[in-house]
Amino acid sequence: MSTMKPSKTLIYDGSFNGFLTAVFVAFDEKINVADIQKNGQGQNGLFSESETIFTHVEKAKRVWNGIRNKSHNAIANVYFAFLSETEGVELMLYTYIQKLMATTLGKQMDYSDGIVLFIDQLAKKVGREKHRMEAFVRFQLTKDDIYFANIEPDFDVLPLISKHFRNRYADQQWLIYDVKRKYGIYYNLDHVEMVSLNLKEIHFNKIHKSDAFLNEEYDYQTLWNDYFKSTGIKSRINPKLHTQHVPKRYWKYLSEKKEAV
Amino acid sequence: MNFERIREKLNILADAAKYDVSCASSGSDRTNKSQGLGNASKMGICHSYTEDGRCISLLKILLTNHCIFDCAYCVTRKSNDVQRAAFKIQEVVDLTINFYRRNYIEGLFLSSGIFKNADYTMERLVTVAKKLREEENFNGYIHLKSIPGASDELMYEAGLYADRLSVNIEVPTISGLKLLAPDKKHEDFTKPMLKVKNEIVRYKAERKIIKSTPKYAPAGQSTQMIVGASGETDKDIMYSAVHYYKNYQMRRVYYSGYVPVADDMRLPAIGSQVTMLRENRLYQTDWLLRFYGFAINEILNKEHPNLDMDVDPKLSWALRNLHHFPVDVNSADKALLARIPGIGMRSVDKILKARRFRKLNWDHLKKIGVALNRAQYFMVCDSRHWERRDLDAEKIKGMILQTSTGKFRNQYSTQLSLFN
Repeated sequence: MSTMKPSKTLIYDGSFNGFLTAVFVAFDEKINVADIQKNGQGQNGLFSESETIFTHVEKAKRVWNGIRNKSHNAIANVYFAFLSETEGVELMLYTYIQKLMATTLGKQMDYSDGIVLFIDQLAKKVGREKHRMEAFVRFQLTKDDIYFANIEPDFDVLPLISKHFRNRYADQQWLIYDVKRKYGIYYNLDHVEMVSLNLKEIHFNKIHKSDAFLNEEYDYQTLWNDYFKSTGIKSRINPKLHTQHVPKRYWKYLSEKKEAV
Repeated sequence: MNFERIREKLNILADAAKYDVSCASSGSDRTNKSQGLGNASKMGICHSYTEDGRCISLLKILLTNHCIFDCAYCVTRKSNDVQRAAFKIQEVVDLTINFYRRNYIEGLFLSSGIFKNADYTMERLVTVAKKLREEENFNGYIHLKSIPGASDELMYEAGLYADRLSVNIEVPTISGLKLLAPDKKHEDFTKPMLKVKNEIVRYKAERKIIKSTPKYAPAGQSTQMIVGASGETDKDIMYSAVHYYKNYQMRRVYYSGYVPVADDMRLPAIGSQVTMLRENRLYQTDWLLRFYGFAINEILNKEHPNLDMDVDPKLSWALRNLHHFPVDVNSADKALLARIPGIGMRSVDKILKARRFRKLNWDHLKKIGVALNRAQYFMVCDSRHWERRDLDAEKIKGMILQTSTGKFRNQYSTQLSLFN
């Protein structure tokens, strides 16, 4: 190519829309992308210049629709893999999107391609974490009548689980708080909103009792723990299989595992 | 809530219910109605796992463990000296709702010992489900046991509120049933099953015409068989399973390795080994029938009444049918790909998609997730390296066993030394 442009690093604000805007700009201006980085990550390549991208919802939407029109599976993969917060995932996603747009075989994805397979597997991992959180959230009823849960997921899955909980618990107020990322989602009987809290303590379970909860709350936790114990079959105990299904890092938030922590 | 009393009942009645292995909460498409509580997750969710590694998805309890029957294999049989208890209907409703609101469970699995008679018991189970649906606006998952011998009217009503209904036939052969559960007749099990099946078929047909037809047992029926209690062969079990899949449109048949709960001349003694490996092989066979396009007589027949314990049933079939192999993964159709040992349905799917772009070699297949240690003897791909030696079945089996580890291998080798 005679008109090879110098490569450029795109800097975005860290949001998914910001990332999609960067993709839009890269396609639109035919930029030779060296990397796409979060603001403040600041590891510019030695020989590439950088450009700051301002998030533009309309542009982001066009990229979203473009990918989705190509394949529903691909847009889910892109979003899920993005939420994995894996270092360098942006550039891989950019390559993935380029390949997707170039393919002439319609919706088919080439699983013999390294990047396609990697993004697919990364999205699967995030999907598993989403599913785990739908399972492992343990609400505790506060005195203010809010069902409250702390979580600490491997990936940023709150945006992915919001719909599930809204559909399921439509008649109760609930709040799920990500301790690691310091934000939560709160359902106020009408809609879900993002909240940040100044949590003084982390409310694991009944081993650290707190006066934010009624006594009845701890009664139900006791009943649940009892149920957990009595439903196991002792002659078939299998710790390896058990921890494979319920990895130890989640135990402190599961009241039925509190004694084991 | 009388906490201590509930606690005591829960301990007794959850303990007695745990031998029912089904804990599936999948397959129902019930959605949240009018800002109520709950919805069913089509794929099901396991909220926790027991220490023996089984999914906890539902609050699985008996309404009572009082029972008028004396089935030898059952822990709540009349003659067994255990603590008895009974929940009130409202207690089960409250417990379910409070567990559900805390995201402990997907719903309720309610079974019961039989007190007074079948209809009296079934009526109470139905009342619990009805209260949950109508008074609590609960849209989560409900699995009710169909009580053997219950009337058609009650079975009809049960299906209106429950997502899944199940009757455990427990003993796969009629002769075994006579021996172990002399109070029960085979027809007692099949009658409610047949009623529910017919209603499901009827409702399905009606929904095609009138879209607003209410749901009737949207997650279908299931049943369970105890394995290793009455000396049946794998062939007996699986042919019986196929019978129920076919004639009663079962969604699932569960196989439960018998856990000795009674000292009875007719049964294996307490403390004898649970047949986990056998259970595992039966489930593998079940999967081959339901997802891989195998017919039961290919896997189990007169010459082979029992499954191989040292290799999985697909590999075992392949070793007996070497004339079908090697298969070329770059050209074979889906059905044939699914028959290659070491290739699961997910890999089949990926292979079909990927090979439209290029011919696949060993490296691609490995990354896709094919278990090459088994597959390599049965396939060729885009590579000059493939198994050219004319190996016989024994030889291949030996090489595979040498280069692999099985999760039950330890157990198996102790069994071997027992028989030697």
